[in-house]
Amino acid sequence: MLKIFSAIIASVIFASLAQAKETLTIYTYESFVTEWGPGGKIKEAFEKTCDCSIEWVGLGDGVAVLNRLKLEGANTKADLVLGLDTSLTAEAIGTGLFDKHGVDKALARTPETWTDDYFMPYDYAHFSVIYDTEKMAVPPKSLDELVNGDPAQKIVLEDPRSSTPGLGFLLWMKAVYGDRAAEQWKKLQPRILTITPGWSEAYGLFTKGEAPMVLSYTTSPAYHMVAENTSRYQAASFSDGHYLQIEVAGLIEASPEKVLAQKFLGFMMTPAFQDIIPTTNWMLPAGATDTALPDAFGKLIVPAKTLLFSPDEVFKNRRAWVDEWLNAMSK
Amino acid sequence: MLRNLTLAIALGFILGAVALGFLPLLWLGSGQAFHFDAYLPRVVAFTLKQAFLSTLLSVAIALPVALALARRQFFGREALLKIFSVPLALPAIVAILGIVGVYGNSGPFGGLFSIYGLTGILLAHVFFNMPLAVRLMLTRLETIPAENFRLAAQLNFSTGQVFRFIEWPQLSSAITGIASLIFLLCTASFAVVLILGGGPQATTLEVAIYQSLRLDFDPARVSILALAQLITCGLLVLVAGQFAREIQVIPPMLARIRRWDGQSGFSKAIDGWAIALAVGIVAPPILSVALSGIGNIRPDGSLLWASATSLLIGLASASLSIALGWVLAESAARQPRSFLKPAITLACLASLIMPPAVLATGWFVTLSPFADMSRYAFFLVVILNALMALPFVWSPLHPAITDSVQRHDRLCSSLGLRGFARLKLIDLPVLRKPIGLAFLMAVIVSLGDLSPITLFGSDTLVTLPALIFRQMGNYRMNDAAGTALVLAAFCFALITLAQRWSQRHDQA
Amino acid sequence: MIKLENVGFRYEDMVMNFNLQVAKGELVGIIGPSGAGKSTLLSLLAGFDDPVSGRISIGGADMEGVAPDQRPVSMIFQDHNGFAHLDVWTNVALGVSPDLKLDPQQHERVDGALARVGLSDFRTRKPTELSGGEKQRIAIARALVRDKPVLLLDEPFTALGPALRRAMLDLIREIQTERKLTVLMITHQPEDAKYAASRIAFVQNGRITHVLPTKQFFAASAPAEISAYLRG
Repeated sequence: MLKIFSAIIASVIFASLAQAKETLTIYTYESFVTEWGPGGKIKEAFEKTCDCSIEWVGLGDGVAVLNRLKLEGANTKADLVLGLDTSLTAEAIGTGLFDKHGVDKALARTPETWTDDYFMPYDYAHFSVIYDTEKMAVPPKSLDELVNGDPAQKIVLEDPRSSTPGLGFLLWMKAVYGDRAAEQWKKLQPRILTITPGWSEAYGLFTKGEAPMVLSYTTSPAYHMVAENTSRYQAASFSDGHYLQIEVAGLIEASPEKVLAQKFLGFMMTPAFQDIIPTTNWMLPAGATDTALPDAFGKLIVPAKTLLFSPDEVFKNRRAWVDEWLNAMSK
Repeated sequence: MLRNLTLAIALGFILGAVALGFLPLLWLGSGQAFHFDAYLPRVVAFTLKQAFLSTLLSVAIALPVALALARRQFFGREALLKIFSVPLALPAIVAILGIVGVYGNSGPFGGLFSIYGLTGILLAHVFFNMPLAVRLMLTRLETIPAENFRLAAQLNFSTGQVFRFIEWPQLSSAITGIASLIFLLCTASFAVVLILGGGPQATTLEVAIYQSLRLDFDPARVSILALAQLITCGLLVLVAGQFAREIQVIPPMLARIRRWDGQSGFSKAIDGWAIALAVGIVAPPILSVALSGIGNIRPDGSLLWASATSLLIGLASASLSIALGWVLAESAARQPRSFLKPAITLACLASLIMPPAVLATGWFVTLSPFADMSRYAFFLVVILNALMALPFVWSPLHPAITDSVQRHDRLCSSLGLRGFARLKLIDLPVLRKPIGLAFLMAVIVSLGDLSPITLFGSDTLVTLPALIFRQMGNYRMNDAAGTALVLAAFCFALITLAQRWSQRHDQA
Repeated sequence: MIKLENVGFRYEDMVMNFNLQVAKGELVGIIGPSGAGKSTLLSLLAGFDDPVSGRISIGGADMEGVAPDQRPVSMIFQDHNGFAHLDVWTNVALGVSPDLKLDPQQHERVDGALARVGLSDFRTRKPTELSGGEKQRIAIARALVRDKPVLLLDEPFTALGPALRRAMLDLIREIQTERKLTVLMITHQPEDAKYAASRIAFVQNGRITHVLPTKQFFAASAPAEISAYLRG
C-alpha cells in the first residue's frame, strides 16, 4: 500500500518537474513594471506564446540597470536586459556580458536604419522641450533660441551624470554646437532653473509650475491629452533638430535561457508587444503595430531633423563631454 | 561579562556593516587609476559651508523657540509639537516639493527670491533640522526640577536670569551634541542639494559620491570622495566630543511644571514671535503637501501594500536600532572616560558619515556572489534603515540611560537584580518614555527614506516613498501628491499614538 | 502671624480645605500620611499654588494675588535647593539680588550667613560636591540672607542621619530664636517634630484635622488617627 502511495507521489512530482516552466528573468527600469507601465500586459501576452514565465526585475532607471550589471558581472541573474538606450549600448557591450541577438534587424521601424547586432530597439522618442502653454505664449523654435532667449523664462533640466534625458540633452547640445558647446552652456545657464537628478523630479517641478519649460520627450503631451484630457503642455519644435532616444533590449551571453530570450526579442518586434507600448510607456513603437496610435499621438510634433551620435562616439567621448559641461556650469 | 559581550556584538555589527560597505569599493577602486581632482577641494568647501550655515541658522532659531515652548502653555502647543515631528519623516522629494510650493515661482511669494541655490538649501535644511533641534532642546529643558523655578519665583528672577542660571546651564551641555548632529545631517543631505542647489556649482561630497556611483560608476573616485567624507565627519565628531560637557544627571520631572517668569509684555511678545516664526517655517510646506494631495488619494491595493510594507520595515528597523542603541548607551554610561566612548559615538553616527549609497553598493558587491540579493532585500533594507535611525535613537536614549544607570545600578547589584529580571522590572518601566520617543523617531526616519529601497530594487518591496517615485516616474504627479499626503498623515498618526502611549506610562 | 481661613484647593481628585492659625515666633510641625496634602499646604502659603477659595494672610496682610517673591516667606525644599551649576557663594548671593550686583554691605551679609551655617570654607564649591546636609545648609544660608519673617520647610532633613538631623534642627531653632521667625516644618520623622516643634498640625485627606501642643500630640490620650499614624 505504501509503495503504491509513494509511487503516485513520485510521479506527480516528476510530472510537475517535467512541466516546470522556463523562467525568463528580465532586468528593466522601474517605470516599465509598475501597474501603469507595459510590464504586466507584455508578460501576459508573451506567456501565451510559450510555456514559460517572465520575471521582471525593476531597477531604478536605465543607468541603474547598467550599473547593476557591472556590479554583478558574470554572476548576473538576468537573461535579458530591456531599457538601456543607445548612449549606453557601447558601454554595455564593453562589459562583455551581452551576446548577439540574432533577430532580423529589418524588423526595426526606427527613424534611422537599425544596424546594431547586439541590441534590438523596442521604442523611441525624440527629446524635446515641453512648455506650458498657459505660461509661455511663444516657445523657442530652435536650440539657438532656447540658449539665447529671455532668462526670465526658465527651463528645468536633468543631470547628464545621473539620467538619460540629461545625457540626451548634453549630446543634443554637442550635436548642434560641436566645439562651441561649452560657451553655449554658459549662455544657457541663467535660463536654467535647476538641474535635477532625474526626469521625475524635473517633470514634477515643471507641472508644479516652477518653470514654463522642461526637457522631456515629444510624446509627453500625449499623456496629458489622453489621461488628463488637456492640451496645456506642448512640445516645442526646433528647426535645428532634436536628439533621439532609442530604447533597446539585449540578451545575456551566459544566460541558460538564451533560446527563450531570443524568442522574446523576436516577440518584441511584433504587434503583440508593440501595441501595448504607446499608452503605457508613452513612447513611439519601434516595431510593427496592428492598432493605430491614439489620436493624441497624431497631434505630436515630428522633428524634421534627427540628431544622433553612434554608440561608439558616445562611449569614447562621454567623460570628456561631461567634464566640459561640468566646467562650464561650475563657474 | 555579558555586558561586554553584547557591546562587542553591537559595535562589531555596526562597524562590520560599515566596513563591509566601504572596503569592497576601496578595493575595486584601487585597481583603477586615481586622478586627483581640482574638483575635490571645491566640493569639500561647499559641503562645509552649507552645513555650517544651515546648522547655525537651525540652532539659532531653535533656541528661542524651545525656550518659548518650555515657558508657555497655550492652546495648540501639543499640536505644534506634533507638527514639528513631521519634517524629518517626509521623504526629501516630498518636502522639497512642499517648500517649492511655498517659496518657489509657483507659490505665494512667486519669484520674490530664487530658491534654487544656497538660499533654497538653507531653507530646506532649516525646515528639516530646526524642529529637531527644538525637540531635543525641549527634552533637556524638561529635566529641570520644579524647585529651580520655585526658587526663581521666590528670588524674583527676571526672564533673563532664569535663562542665565537655570535654562542655559542645562542646555549648554546638550548644544554641542545637537549642533554636531545637525551638521552631520546637513553634510549627508542629498536630494535637497541636488534639486534645490541649482546645478553642479552646488555639490557636496555626498552628492558627488552619488554621481560617481551612477553613470560613471567610478569606484576609484567614489573611494576618494568617501574617504574625504569619512575624514571630515570623523574629525568633526571627535572634536565636538571634546567640547561636549558631561550630561547632567537629573531625574526627569513630572507633568506640567509651573513657572513664574515671562510675565512681562516684552517677554510674551518675544516668545510669541519665536513661536510664530517656527510655525511660519514648518507649517507652510506641510500645508502645501497636504493641499496638493487632497483629492488625489487613490485608495487602491498599491497604496495599502506600500503602507503595510513601510510600516513593517519601519517597525523592524526601529526595533533593531533601539536594540543597538540601548547596548551602546548602556556601555557608554558605564565607562565615561574610556577609549570606547569615541568609538561608540562614531558607531552611532556611522550612517551620517558613510553614505547609505556607498554602504549598499559595497554590501551588494560583497554578498551578491553568495546569495540572491532580491531575497534578502528586506533584511538589508531593515539593517540600512536601522543604521540611519541610530543617531536619532541615540539622542533621547543616551541621557536617559545614563541617568538610569547612575540611579539604579548600585541598588540593583545589591539586590542581585540582573539580566532579564532587571530589564523587565526596572529598566523598561523607567525608560518607557525615552524608548517610546526613540522608537518613534526611528520609525519616522525609516518611513521617509528612499535610498535603501532604490538600491535593492525589488518588485514586492515597495514602500510609500518608493510608491511616490514610481508614480512620478509614470507621469502620475497628482497621484504622487496624494501618496505624499498619506505618508505625512501616517507620520502624524504615529506621532500622536506614541505621545499618548508615553504619557500614559509617565512614571512619577 | 499666619492665618489660613477655609483655604480650598483641588489636587487631582482630592478636595482640600485648610484652617490654621500660627502665632509669630512659633515652630509648628506638620505631620500626616503620604498624599495628605502637607506639601500643598506649604505651597499655598508660599504662593506656588493658588487657592480656589478662602483667605491666606501673613503678618496681617491678605496674600491674594501676591507673587511668591513678594511674600514674606522663604521656603526650603527636600531637594534641588540650589542651582547645581553655580558655586555655594553665588547660590546664597542670589537671595540678596538675582542680578548678583552686591554692594559691600550685602557682600558681608552673604559672608555672614555662610559663616553662620558653617559653610565659609565651601564658598567656591559646587553643590554637587557637597554632602546632603551641606547642601541643605546652602538653603538655610540663603533664607538668612533674605531675612523673611516666615520660614517654610518641606522635609528638608529627611535624607540625613539622626545626629545630623539634630544638628540641623538645632541650627534652625537658634536662627528662629535670634530672628523671631515663624516656622512651619513638614517632617516624616515624628521625633524631629517632638524635638523642635511647640505645636503639631495633623494633616489627613486634605484637611488639618488636629492641632495640638507637642506633648498632647505624642501622649497616649491623643486622638485615634494620630495614634494610629504614630504607632501603626
